[in-house]
Amino acid sequence: MSLLELDSVTLKFGGLTAVNNLSMSVEEGQVFALVGPNGAGKSTVFNLISRFYTPVTGSITFDGKDVLKMAPHEVPNLGIARTFQNIELFHQATVLQNLLVGRHRHRKTNMIAQMLHLPSVRAEEREHRHAVEEVIDLLDLQPYRNSRIAGLPYGVRKVVELGRALASKPRLLLLDEPASGLSVEETQNMRWWIDDIRRHMGITVLMVEHDMGLVGKVCDRVLALADGAKLAEGTPAEVQSHPKVIEAYLGTNAVSKGGKVA
Amino acid sequence: MRFHFKTDYDQDIRLFEDGWTFSLYAALLVLALALPLMIDPFFLGEATNVLIWAIAGLGLMLLTGQTGQVSLGHSAFMALGCYSCVLMMEANVPFVVAFLLAGVITGVVGALIAIPALKLHGVYLAIATLALAILADDIIVLLKEWTDGVNGKMSPPIDLFGYEISRWNNPIEWYYLTLAVVLMVTLFYRNLLRAPLGRAFAAVRDSEISAQAMGVNVAQTKTIAFGISCAITGLGGALMGLFAGAFNNETFNFLLSIQLLMMIVVGGLGFIHGAFLGAVVIAFLPQVLSMTTDLFGRGVAIPGLESGVFGVILILFILFEPMGLYGRWLKIRTFLELFPFARKDMFKRQKSYLKTERLR
Repeated sequence: MSLLELDSVTLKFGGLTAVNNLSMSVEEGQVFALVGPNGAGKSTVFNLISRFYTPVTGSITFDGKDVLKMAPHEVPNLGIARTFQNIELFHQATVLQNLLVGRHRHRKTNMIAQMLHLPSVRAEEREHRHAVEEVIDLLDLQPYRNSRIAGLPYGVRKVVELGRALASKPRLLLLDEPASGLSVEETQNMRWWIDDIRRHMGITVLMVEHDMGLVGKVCDRVLALADGAKLAEGTPAEVQSHPKVIEAYLGTNAVSKGGKVA
Repeated sequence: MRFHFKTDYDQDIRLFEDGWTFSLYAALLVLALALPLMIDPFFLGEATNVLIWAIAGLGLMLLTGQTGQVSLGHSAFMALGCYSCVLMMEANVPFVVAFLLAGVITGVVGALIAIPALKLHGVYLAIATLALAILADDIIVLLKEWTDGVNGKMSPPIDLFGYEISRWNNPIEWYYLTLAVVLMVTLFYRNLLRAPLGRAFAAVRDSEISAQAMGVNVAQTKTIAFGISCAITGLGGALMGLFAGAFNNETFNFLLSIQLLMMIVVGGLGFIHGAFLGAVVIAFLPQVLSMTTDLFGRGVAIPGLESGVFGVILILFILFEPMGLYGRWLKIRTFLELFPFARKDMFKRQKSYLKTERLR
């Protein structure tokens, strides 16, 4: 059974069909990419999985559990963590505090115990701190540990957001354009991290990405979307040379000339 | 500038980051404990007043500074704390029990009111809570069987384990009582900030959408924040009423909420220190004003002078120092620590990147 399954999911905003009868399945251990032109509904699919939107029809299951029965704040408890396209960090807090919020689903103590700072709270805090330190080590965030997000450059924020998602020890990681706005080197780093995340941490990755270079290097499977519907699915090479995909990106003329989406 | 070579996670978790900081606050505590020996009873009363304002301010700070929800209704919760505490004391409940229970009652009522109110955002929440503050005034008058309406109530003397404390006979004991409450509230506040709940507050303040994506139950977190905030403010209100000696519906009118909000903005939103600095301003400003008017013309009272000056101060702070007095102090400290390497733009606020508003 697949880890994440979408079965004929449709989402409409009034007359606009944002996602049209989409079915897809992500296997455990895969790196799966959603590609497509702007407005194709890629981020909307993420927001459906995060339960920010509720589909009109269809079902979403994660590891056999019905995601649609959950409230948005319960989804992370299944082991699904995500990043956002436009970086949604807690900008008045430090990097460390941001990463610690990622540990929220692992908290065990109650409000009263926390107010009194009982030994159990102290022990739990040490545990969280240790888990976060592992993420800091992986992503080389040591220099920024105590910096506030508000003063950090874009590239670092992007990495902190990845770190915050990783700190929750998810089974499935949703990355919304992990390489957008990053320099060539930063994109390289991102590629190695995604590789590490999959190989060493055993986390399944579902990502939206425009940089086909990155997609080609890290992804096992790609699904191309246009106007909310599935165009093609397969390995990166298959999808890149698929006539419908070329048409959606470059126009019909390019197909006859044997073009390829770069 | 001090650099910390950290070798242990506890160094990030404990209350004071190093021995130097600890000794500073220890010195402050010793100073606070020794204060009655140094100043006369009148100024000790003023100091007590500052501490009471600080308690109420800490309550609102938790909600506004930490969780990002504005409330103009906190005068209602001060009233609730005060009336419930005094009514219980009149029913011969021991003071300690009545006082703490008053906090709990205010907290629970606050949380219940929060459930519908916190569906509102920003200015709408401010208006809804302002309505609550105005309503509280009328409710106190309507419930005159218990509250004695506009005639008001006399505060009963405090009986602390058989030891009577009244404001006029034992100002020193009153001061220590307030100081004890301040220490308790501040400690609880700090403990919350270094625990998951405190981080959830900050998460809700900065980005509700990603707080949710990290598993924070936004509605529940806001409700808890409102509840704890009201409980603390209720304790402040109880002390304020008891300290005043007599109180009625006018004591807790909605202007008190606005003063409270102004106090935490002037002090520095989001900092515990801010509540204390703001309390000093709000408690001493009337005295300073009356001293100044005395200098210029004896006995001439200028109506509205106090609120006018308060308003001007608030506007000046919002325009020139949004981080408040504590923010100003942080800047001065950084300047001194880095001297001569501090740059003028170090605290300049960066324009944030586009945020996804549509997901609200």
